[in-house]
Amino acid sequence: MSEKKPGDIVDIQLGRRNFLQIVGITGAASGLGLPIAAQAAAIAAVAHSAADADGLVSVQLKVNGNVQTLKVDSRTTLLDALRDHLQLTGTKKGCDHGQCGACTVHVNGRRVNSCLSLAAMHEGDEVTTLEGLGQPGNLHPMQQAFLEHDGYQCGYCTSGQIMSAVALMKEPCGPANADVKEAMSGNICRCGAYSNIVAAIQQVRKA
Amino acid sequence: MEPFAFSRATDAAKAISAAARSSTAQQGAEVRFVAGGTTLLDLMKLNVERPTQVIDINHLPLADVERTPDGGLKIGALVRNSDLAHHPLVQRDYAVLSQALLSGASGQLRNMATTGGNLLQRTRCVYFRDTNMPCNKREPGTGCSAIDGFNRTLAILGTSEHCIATNPSDMNVALTTLEATVVIRGTGGERRVPIGEFFLLPGDTPQRETVMMPGDLITHVILPPPHPGARSHYLKLRDRASYEFALSSAAVVIAVQSGKITHARVAMGGVGTKPWRSPEAEQALQGQPPNEHTFATAAAAALNNAKPQSENGFKVELAKRCLTHALSTVAA
Repeated sequence: MSEKKPGDIVDIQLGRRNFLQIVGITGAASGLGLPIAAQAAAIAAVAHSAADADGLVSVQLKVNGNVQTLKVDSRTTLLDALRDHLQLTGTKKGCDHGQCGACTVHVNGRRVNSCLSLAAMHEGDEVTTLEGLGQPGNLHPMQQAFLEHDGYQCGYCTSGQIMSAVALMKEPCGPANADVKEAMSGNICRCGAYSNIVAAIQQVRKA
Repeated sequence: MEPFAFSRATDAAKAISAAARSSTAQQGAEVRFVAGGTTLLDLMKLNVERPTQVIDINHLPLADVERTPDGGLKIGALVRNSDLAHHPLVQRDYAVLSQALLSGASGQLRNMATTGGNLLQRTRCVYFRDTNMPCNKREPGTGCSAIDGFNRTLAILGTSEHCIATNPSDMNVALTTLEATVVIRGTGGERRVPIGEFFLLPGDTPQRETVMMPGDLITHVILPPPHPGARSHYLKLRDRASYEFALSSAAVVIAVQSGKITHARVAMGGVGTKPWRSPEAEQALQGQPPNEHTFATAAAAALNNAKPQSENGFKVELAKRCLTHALSTVAA
């Protein structure tokens, strides 16, 4: 994994993108929904069509403080844009349906499920991923607390848990462990490290 | 997910005229507005929703909560569920709405989901979500797999021989009990629909869930002024303590004067094919003393017409106890 070069990923995506474009044309012509001419007219009727001539959507957003301009297939979720286009693989794909919380990131300071959001919907937004919270040697207090309290086992949900926990610090939430559990219920841990996760969060909240 | 054209709406009128080219605003719509995306993207990934055009309405100026001249509340369609739940006026005057919102979904989803989108939230019936299975709501005329299938979580009120899918929303139950009005802008201008008329019973057209027509854009929800002296409460019962849809829920608003109930509004969630207002329960409460006997009588009246399926008979008693407990809590 560590030897994978960003260029490899881009090549793979170009191939997949071309394939999907061909499928897309066939799909639209097969009569599902509006005829192509009507679609074009409908798009023109909206004030700002975001698609380029090549059918890709342009979106500019700030990720972990860096301005990024992406051209993506309209179907690309924020999660896939982060992982596959920006190689920020700290954000995990779990269920891909907003049920597990592994994909949690911050958009404009608030936690969201990045799997249920299109990248194209985030024009001008500021996105923070786990990589933007802290790095080895300079960990965010919540990352440090998860280490100290062993707030994980396999680690797959941990990124989402930490992003959720950090956002929670700014949300209305009562002081009790039960309040933290309720506020964190959108993050599932298959290994069941819940009590250690709550302990880690409470340590940071009380600090 | 099927391919679609994506565009960003900067003007409501243009977005409405673009969406009006869709043959329907119900199941099978070719054009969809996206706001939070929490329902639409989920269903597009399942191929249950297959729009050929998606219009992002997040930049329209519909994210304000403001007082109306008569002391009610005007809520923009793009107000996020978390912001609405924590709004000081909602917490003070419409506690049932705040409680309902906070009992739904997760912190992340509530930061995304909008007021307008929650109104249009789709059922969690497993057959609706599975394109391999017959479903009259998804593909009219194919049959209802749930009636003889897994129906433990499905509806016991408002069902038909064609569909028993439950409306999953908590917010909609609170809005029903608060007698909200949905403001819709369409190609013919603006119209105001009482929430009791916004949702449709499945009947023999379960694919039609609301009065929304092609091009229609929900712009606001208006709450009437809070009833003087009334208290409200939302109680939700479910399989898990958090982050789960209701098996049964109750939204109640009660005012008591001189030992008699002078105002009662009752709606139930998790048991109906739409957010279920119960005029029968309200009538049983009106003018009566607020005690266990009154509440039990009202709960029995509310479930009088319940029609359980093979696996959800327990919901009849659960819904009665849920309603009784909610009424006891608010009258305490």
